[in-house]
Amino acid sequence: MSATPNQVGRRRFNPDRDVEEWHGSYVPYDLLKEALVAFLAVGVLIIGLSVVFSSPDEQPVTLKSWSTSDPVGFAQTAITELDGTSALAIYGPPYNSTPGASQQIGFFSPEKWFGVHHPIDTAKDFVLGPLRMLSNQPVVAAALNRYSSASSTQQSVWTSAYEKVVTNAQFAHGALQVTKGSYGPVAPLISSLTSMARIGALDGALLSSNQFYDTNYTKPLLFIANGGYVANLAGQQKLQGSQWGMMNETGNYPGQAWLWLYTLWYQVSPMKTSTNGDLEVFSIMIGLTLVLALVPFIPGLRSIPRWSRLYRLIWRVHYRDLKSGTSA
Amino acid sequence: MTIETVVPTTSADAGPDAAQWTARARKVAVAAFPPERLLPDRQPAYMASWIYVFGVLTLVSLAWVTITGCILALMGPTWWHVSKVGLFVNSLHLWSVEAFFFFMVIHLWGKFFMAAWRGNRRLTWVTGVVTFLTSVGAAFTGYLSQQNFDSQWISTQAKDGINATGAGAVFNVLNFGQMLMWHIVLLPAGVVLLTGLHVLMVRHRGIVPPFALAGETPASNESAPQPATGDAQ
Repeated sequence: MSATPNQVGRRRFNPDRDVEEWHGSYVPYDLLKEALVAFLAVGVLIIGLSVVFSSPDEQPVTLKSWSTSDPVGFAQTAITELDGTSALAIYGPPYNSTPGASQQIGFFSPEKWFGVHHPIDTAKDFVLGPLRMLSNQPVVAAALNRYSSASSTQQSVWTSAYEKVVTNAQFAHGALQVTKGSYGPVAPLISSLTSMARIGALDGALLSSNQFYDTNYTKPLLFIANGGYVANLAGQQKLQGSQWGMMNETGNYPGQAWLWLYTLWYQVSPMKTSTNGDLEVFSIMIGLTLVLALVPFIPGLRSIPRWSRLYRLIWRVHYRDLKSGTSA
Repeated sequence: MTIETVVPTTSADAGPDAAQWTARARKVAVAAFPPERLLPDRQPAYMASWIYVFGVLTLVSLAWVTITGCILALMGPTWWHVSKVGLFVNSLHLWSVEAFFFFMVIHLWGKFFMAAWRGNRRLTWVTGVVTFLTSVGAAFTGYLSQQNFDSQWISTQAKDGINATGAGAVFNVLNFGQMLMWHIVLLPAGVVLLTGLHVLMVRHRGIVPPFALAGETPASNESAPQPATGDAQ
């Protein structure tokens, strides 16, 4: 190497920022040949992996499959959507404007600043609206009218009473059976919604929009996510947040292993239990990402490669040749 | 009848058309990327290390990702759920993505421990990191576009993190159509363009030389083939 520092100008030469111009030897190097060989080698590798391991394709959960396998669990979730106590009903932005629900670190609360962009009223969108689509169902129509015309206090009395007994409900003779009580129209409403879900009509109802084609699954996904059924299935596949779920996928596949650092922060306190955990983890990751991108500009950090001396391993042939005098 | 074709005998770079945007752009491009630098057939002797292989392995893995992704796009998003051939192509797509990230991460840490940003190559490092991040987004939206249990679970879990940043207002991970568009149009375009920019920067500045050892003697110039480039290649 030349002793003349390159690209330093009038600045003092810094080995972590500057290089000395290479005046040593050059060797033949067929880039295109190397690229073709590498392309074929990677092709063989991925074809082999695909033949041996294929790729996962677990069937999605639908409202129909959930309500068929676990009608009581479905009804338990449905009643919380109706009375506005589900996790989604009090989620906050971007779905609704529940006071104090937005995550924040001090004054920093971007969720709150952006506000509601996908408004969802769980009672109206998940229960009452779909039931109104049922035609020629006088019992359902009467229950809807009675519920909608009642005061909010009366509605709460009915839903609270129903919530206490729905855990012991049974689906029999085409309807959800609960012990007799003062539930007003709530029992026929939830029973009808469960029946509607079991024939697959609710899946379509939650997708309905003002146009024929639709590719937005926000509502059915949020409804399904509110129940414990899908979470139990995910737990069996080791996909829960406490199981490093964000980087895993079904089966024994590597998944998004590159998200390991992001997932790591969810396993440690205080993010593990914090109500602002998501914002805290994202803030940490944004900070670390900026550090990674700006390493060349940060004194100290950019010296780590030189201090670590791993470069001697990477360029060991060069340094060996240099010492033996066979290379420039 | 004879048709005569008039061939210009002087270069526009030095002629009356030198002020043309086109001529000026060509002049700048040729100065930055002379053919022997853009597609060199010789490299510095210090490149004798396996670590350099991971850059090209990353590139060819991206080629496989792109090819298999294009086949899936040709047949539509539901094809691989109902066809054995489709499932195989999807498997190729999945494993090429895994290979792409595996090679890219080794390439990244290799470049870190080489301090590859030295010699005015800092933007090359930055574009590499941005490409990595864009690739993470492309892969993530791919998982959201699978239309199976994985995409259901990942989207409903990821929404909380995305919403916490406020991005959920415009980037709805539960909207399959939106995520599919991001996955097959916007993010792949970003990855390919950034990768192209990154490679051009590498070709422009050359491969970073090793750290000098204490007491290292100045080198000879006997076989350097690219005196015209003038950079640190």
